[in-house]
Amino acid sequence: MKTDELIGLLGASFASEPAKSPNLLRRIALWAAAGAAGVLCLALLALGVRSDLGEGRALTFLLAKLAFAFAVGGLALRYLGRIARPGGERRVNLGIVALPFAAVMVLAAFSLASAPPAHWGTMLTGHMWLECLVSIPAIAVVPFATLTWAVRKFGAPTDLVRAGALVGLASGGVSAMGYAIHCMDDTVPFVAVWYGGTIALCTLAGALLGPRLMRW
Amino acid sequence: MLGSDATRAAVTCNCRVGRDFRGSAERGLLISQENELRALLSSGLAGSAADYRAFLERLGPHLRAYFKGKLARSGRAAPEAEDLVQETLMAVHTRRHTYDVGQPVTPWLYAIARYKLIDHLRRTRASLADVPVEDAGELVARDDHVAVESTLDIERLLGRLPGKMQQAIRAMKVEGLSVAEAATRSGMSESAIKVSVHRGLKAMAALAGGRRE
Repeated sequence: MKTDELIGLLGASFASEPAKSPNLLRRIALWAAAGAAGVLCLALLALGVRSDLGEGRALTFLLAKLAFAFAVGGLALRYLGRIARPGGERRVNLGIVALPFAAVMVLAAFSLASAPPAHWGTMLTGHMWLECLVSIPAIAVVPFATLTWAVRKFGAPTDLVRAGALVGLASGGVSAMGYAIHCMDDTVPFVAVWYGGTIALCTLAGALLGPRLMRW
Repeated sequence: MLGSDATRAAVTCNCRVGRDFRGSAERGLLISQENELRALLSSGLAGSAADYRAFLERLGPHLRAYFKGKLARSGRAAPEAEDLVQETLMAVHTRRHTYDVGQPVTPWLYAIARYKLIDHLRRTRASLADVPVEDAGELVARDDHVAVESTLDIERLLGRLPGKMQQAIRAMKVEGLSVAEAATRSGMSESAIKVSVHRGLKAMAALAGGRRE
């Protein structure tokens, strides 16, 4: 085919659909919200709400966990809205994405330093570390699917590894919010290790899957 | 031909592109290219089909030069460049909604071209490894003028599309009819023809992208 002919065809098909300039971030965030709704259903049905929610300490910790997971997911979404456009990887700052993790690690270090070393083991592993390790990545599949679909549909990322990693990170954040409703392990070191670690795992999985799933 | 708004938008972005390419000897040229392409695309996206077409026409030679340079450097034959030019034009067209009107257009275009180039090199690396070294001379020696026609076999791609799309594209591209003529002949409405062509092109772009796997 001659390039001129192709240009003629492209020009002719253009008139049919005058392009608006859609807000990618809003569209992607909408699909993240859909994924979050799925996560909420899964968490309520499969895991259930923690039984001691009436107590002040439990509620404080629930809110703190939600805030951490929301910060992770929110930052990831913000940059996902940029990286979904061609060349958008130049406008992504991975240092800022890592800020919530750095913050929770510093808090965990303070928490450990103020406790007797004999308690460190329990503070780090809690009661249900295995459940956390399995649940967060498993639930994250739902927002991962909706976000991958949204990026494929609305965007055109040119750095698929980073785009995939950000999708994984956002999914991990959303999933951790769902798991927090159920989780009864209330120590900062636990959140740093098991929430941080599983979200990092989701990010890694996203980076590996991105080039396969989001190619265009 | 250009809307004055588009021109003004292009002028205000001078400094930005200049900053991106600071230190380059080709900075002045880049800025004038950026302004021209940006003005045409902005006015095209705002609804001017003529400017949009002009944008694609200007873009062709830039892409051709870019791909020929890159392919020559990696020891590949120049005719492949025309395939990439067309693949990139289709990608630019079908993904034009990802252009953020507030941003310079050159980095956006460059990112798409680079993405298509890397994708192409990755796809063809395995098959190229099988070609004996002595054949390489023939490939490089091929006349560049022939390359204006790509190896994209439109008939084969068309054959894999649904009937309606096939019919609409064939009427407009192969037989050179206008939208109105194609509509009367096929008994479809004009907008249905346009939609069919649009969807058909998207499908063809997807097929073309995966054709050498």
